[in-house]
Amino acid sequence: MKSIILKTGSDYLLPLLIMFSIFILLRGHYLPGGGFVGGLIASIAFVLHFFANSLENTKNIIRIHPGLLIPVGLVFALFSAIIPLFLDQAVMTAQWMHEPLPVIGMVGTALLFDIGVYLVVLGVTLTIIFTISETM
Amino acid sequence: MKDNLIILPVLFQLFSAVVLLFMWNSTPRQKITSVLLSLVSLAISAYIFANVYQTGIISTQAGSWKAPFGITFVADLFSSTMVLISSVAGLAVSVFSTATIGKNRLRFGYFPVLHFLIMGLNGAFLTGDIFNLYVWFEIIIIASFVLITIGGEKDQLEGAMKYVTMNLLASSIFLTAIAMLYGLTGSLNMADLSLRVAEVQNRGLVNVTAMLFFVGFGIKSAIFPLYFWLPASYHTPPFAVSAIFGGLLTKVGVYAMLRIFTLVFEMDAFLSNLILVIAILTMLTGGLGALIQNNIRRMLAYLIICHIGFMIAGLGMSTTLSFSGALYYLIHDIVVKTNIFLVAGLIFAICGTENLKMAGGLYASHPKLSLLMAIPLFSLAGIPPLSGFWPKLTLIKASFVQEDYVVFTFILLASFVTLFVLARLWAEVFWKKREHISNDDFFCFNDYLPKEKAAMVFPVIFLAAISLFLGLGAEFINNIAWQIASELSDPSKYIDIVLGN
Repeated sequence: MKSIILKTGSDYLLPLLIMFSIFILLRGHYLPGGGFVGGLIASIAFVLHFFANSLENTKNIIRIHPGLLIPVGLVFALFSAIIPLFLDQAVMTAQWMHEPLPVIGMVGTALLFDIGVYLVVLGVTLTIIFTISETM
Repeated sequence: MKDNLIILPVLFQLFSAVVLLFMWNSTPRQKITSVLLSLVSLAISAYIFANVYQTGIISTQAGSWKAPFGITFVADLFSSTMVLISSVAGLAVSVFSTATIGKNRLRFGYFPVLHFLIMGLNGAFLTGDIFNLYVWFEIIIIASFVLITIGGEKDQLEGAMKYVTMNLLASSIFLTAIAMLYGLTGSLNMADLSLRVAEVQNRGLVNVTAMLFFVGFGIKSAIFPLYFWLPASYHTPPFAVSAIFGGLLTKVGVYAMLRIFTLVFEMDAFLSNLILVIAILTMLTGGLGALIQNNIRRMLAYLIICHIGFMIAGLGMSTTLSFSGALYYLIHDIVVKTNIFLVAGLIFAICGTENLKMAGGLYASHPKLSLLMAIPLFSLAGIPPLSGFWPKLTLIKASFVQEDYVVFTFILLASFVTLFVLARLWAEVFWKKREHISNDDFFCFNDYLPKEKAAMVFPVIFLAAISLFLGLGAEFINNIAWQIASELSDPSKYIDIVLGN
């Protein structure tokens, strides 16, 4: 698709949407949002960029193969489950920091799990969309 | 902490799958890693089994949320035995896969998905929460969808369609049953349900829910009117995949049935009779179906159905003796069915065909291998002192004690049909002279590298050795089966440990 408006717009929308997706990811524990929605929004950012420019350009921005994000995300999720094991607690027991961090708020192993979901969703969506558009 | 130990079979398989995903592009490394990780996983399962065997039931509350509100993982002797046996089967299939799965499948993540499948199986065996059981079933079927379609050949996709449709239907029925159970009792923890279901006034609705569970698990374990997806799909994927499907997937359904109908629902006369009738019909149709098949794997698929009947009959008679027969059969069946599909893979590699009419002359060309393959065949047929004999003996004894002569007759008949089918297999494949030499482009067993040959023969030896142990060490296994059966007949200890009384 060749549209100068979309092209210019997507350059600005890409960082904005990614920031928005991280915002959604962080507020997800008690409020609507979380890793799944955040990951979808982040993948929309890249898909929009790929519509406006081309697959090559978008791939250059991402650098790594999006499929690699899947195991990385799973490692995050796995860690959120096994961290309590080292503290002699039952598996998947949430561990929280005592003081809230500025801006982000309370941080615990649940966030680690959400980051994992975010990466897996991003990786899966981009892999599917890129594979389909390569074969078209 | 010892309680946390029991979640390790699940977490370790997840870890294995993640490690293998990182090696996406390097299939040779994936092969070695998968085998090594399966070995470690076998060691973990054996350790857990030993622990449970010595000290009794272990449970842990995930996320430290107390039962009945959180998700409980419980390892009683039943669960830990199943986890151990599925690790054994997983190791054998992983080794067999290294030689027989082509690059076109390995490149698309065959090994990670295999480990995800085993993770799902372990989770289903260990969970103490009925909704969590549903989630593990979903993980199992999603992983199995990938395994059955990977490679994308035409008949593979055709078989997968039937498999997927029926399994999704089974899942939705299972989910409906869970919803009704939750509506009736307000709980999902199986130990808690066991107490609450007994107090429900509306017995009619309880029976309906029990029937829905029976149908849902029945589709998954391929019992009489609901089995037709199984022979339509199990002969289409590669042999290693057929082996893990034939060995483990239907048995999870049987496991769930044994668990639910001893722990949550009480067997009344109606349910017991219904299960027995269906068990008889399952044995009969499976056996008769196997008689007329010429494709080896289709024949074995019908034999799976036939033998599901034995286990369901053990459940239906619902005495401690019949449970112990069904459990012994379950343990024996996982090992021997996995092995027999691997044997089918070896036969295919040597003869170049799965058709009984075209194959032949295997004993003349490979006498030692033939004798090795005879072990699982004879175990399956139930020739004493091999492993198939003892559980059948227990089941027959159980039906005799209850004076249930119809079941008694049909168990004997089904055993006889099995023997006949396997004798036919032996006569056609091993003894018959081969009519014509196969086409030249077939990649014959003798063309494989010695390393690959070893990877194909070793799992068969390994599983045959375990069947021999199950047969020759019958007293030990019988004790275990009896102990599990007593735990199933009287679940009060299980309930106490889960609810922390």
